[in-house]
Amino acid sequence: MNIGAAFNEQRRSFLGALLALGSACVGALLAVPLIRFALFPLLRRTTELKASPVGGLSEFSSLDEPVERTIQIEQVDGWRKAVSEKIVYVTKDNRGQLIVLSSICPHLGCTVPWVGAKKEFTCPCHGAVYAPDGARISGPCLRGMDTLETVQQDGQLLVRFQYFRQLVADKEVIG
Amino acid sequence: MHSADHSNQNVPPEATTGLRGWLNRRMGLDALLRSALDEPIPGGARLAYIFGSGLLFIFLSQIITGVFLALYYVPSADHAHTTVAYITKSVTAGSFLRGLHAYGASAMIVVLLLHLSQTYVYGAYKGRRELLWFSGCLLFVMVMAMAFTGYLLPWDQKAYFATAVGTNAASEIPVIGESLKQLIRGGTDMGTLTISRFFVAHVFFIPACIFALVAAHLFLFRAVGAAGPVTEDPFEPKQKAELFYPRQILMDLSLTALLIIGLGCLAFFVPIQLGPPANPADAQYIPRPEWYYLPIFQWLKYWHGAASVMGVLVIPTILALAVVAVPFLDRGIERRPWKRPIAAGAYVFVMLALIGLGLRSKYLDHHDPEVAQQLAKQKTEEAEYTSKPFEPELSSASLAAANVALADPLAAKGKTIYEAQFCTACHGEGGVGTAAGPALIGVGAKFSPAQLTELLQQPTAKMKAGGMPTPDLPTDDMKALVAYVSSLK
Repeated sequence: MNIGAAFNEQRRSFLGALLALGSACVGALLAVPLIRFALFPLLRRTTELKASPVGGLSEFSSLDEPVERTIQIEQVDGWRKAVSEKIVYVTKDNRGQLIVLSSICPHLGCTVPWVGAKKEFTCPCHGAVYAPDGARISGPCLRGMDTLETVQQDGQLLVRFQYFRQLVADKEVIG
Repeated sequence: MHSADHSNQNVPPEATTGLRGWLNRRMGLDALLRSALDEPIPGGARLAYIFGSGLLFIFLSQIITGVFLALYYVPSADHAHTTVAYITKSVTAGSFLRGLHAYGASAMIVVLLLHLSQTYVYGAYKGRRELLWFSGCLLFVMVMAMAFTGYLLPWDQKAYFATAVGTNAASEIPVIGESLKQLIRGGTDMGTLTISRFFVAHVFFIPACIFALVAAHLFLFRAVGAAGPVTEDPFEPKQKAELFYPRQILMDLSLTALLIIGLGCLAFFVPIQLGPPANPADAQYIPRPEWYYLPIFQWLKYWHGAASVMGVLVIPTILALAVVAVPFLDRGIERRPWKRPIAAGAYVFVMLALIGLGLRSKYLDHHDPEVAQQLAKQKTEEAEYTSKPFEPELSSASLAAANVALADPLAAKGKTIYEAQFCTACHGEGGVGTAAGPALIGVGAKFSPAQLTELLQQPTAKMKAGGMPTPDLPTDDMKALVAYVSSLK
């Protein structure tokens, strides 16, 4: 190989390396929107349970026993959403704070009605009995009725509905 | 292939040490690179030859953006539009990627026309290049088919109506026309089966054909060699050759860079639009195809009745056959276009005719006040829909009013009557209302079923003035219709 050829070859290799580097940089730049697009579920919530309005706080200011409310829960799942209705009870805990109870029995999932005459919740399926604040009184259940996460905002009571595992002593969110 | 025998530059020995040597012993990397890069170009590198690799680049970009778009897209009449709206409005960089893909389709056709024109004007189909030309013709058809099938997938008004017109043209073909249309649509009408078919064609079938044809096109190109400038002998190149690498590659890459910048800027600064969801009941919508189908669209307008066979089938077939047969019709060794008056004249004539037809279509739309107004309205609606925030689709499991209504069998029957009587045309799907008629949602709270029945039988003067017809229905059907309308919440 003569000197000219060696020089030519060096130029060719250098240019090749430069082109490879340039292409790699441009490729990496172009990959940015692709990666952001694919990682969207990491950057933003794609499934979401929205807080549902229960009613105005003034409605519950002079509460002497649990009141039943039907709430609409909106569950966003990517590009679709499911709207369903659930029954909850607005009541007060032992310190007089407003709480919202799920009407789903923590024993086996029946809907628990408020029995006004007896001043207690009684499950019609297996006879679990709960106090007005949802605490367990008697029956086959292993814990009291489940309280739901609430937010008070602009004079409104909002609740985030969740499902909890049944037949266990500790409240455990599922789904 | 020509790598070793043709190269007139000093070729260094293959590396035997380091990573490169390791790769060389296992896959012959240097030999591979050499055979890829050392293609001799008679007469040297030129800007005129850059379009082929430009096409390869756009095709690659279309595959990548297309695969990513499929992460969120669902091909069904129920969900296609919602998922495209989700991509455009919600997903990070979604509007940008969709823009790259949609503008990429147009860019593909522009560069394809440039590549074809260069080949034709340079007489680069001469000198045992018939198969190369055929594979190119097939690729042209495939790219146009990609553009046609991809256009429907967003399932917005524009996509739906343009494809309805496009597929309808097939029915003009004698004897098999109607069956062909049904086959393309997956039924007599456009619907969810049409999307499935177009989707499968767009992402599986046609791309597979393009892969195979691109491979064949490149193989044939390398087998017969680059044709070089117009003064070169197409059979036995005599001019001093220059290797593909580095100068021609740099020229090709400059087009690629230009395409990246151009498409990136377009997708970013002129975000791609998405119109309202397809509404087959909309009788006012004026469909217009994308620019690359405008000449054909305008051409078909000139052929009616018995003559339509000529416009739809005979003349296009003759033209297509003539294009395919070009290497056989223009057989001389002469490649300079000014010495090939018939070939050059035919090219100029066809190009001017296509441009003329496209411009004529634009001109007619522009000078018909009604059409111009409706097209402007459609454009505004598209922009409005695009700027609205994304609204998730209500799943069928939802306790939504629309679905609750159908739980009542009488109301469900009423819904089919509502649709069969074309109430949707003015009052919209599910009574949401349109520009032509008021919304019916909540009307059940204002009027009793008896009052609604009476209003339907004897519309008020105001209703009549608004164009409300009197549906002539048997009592049972009227009851069902009233039950449905009352249930709209």
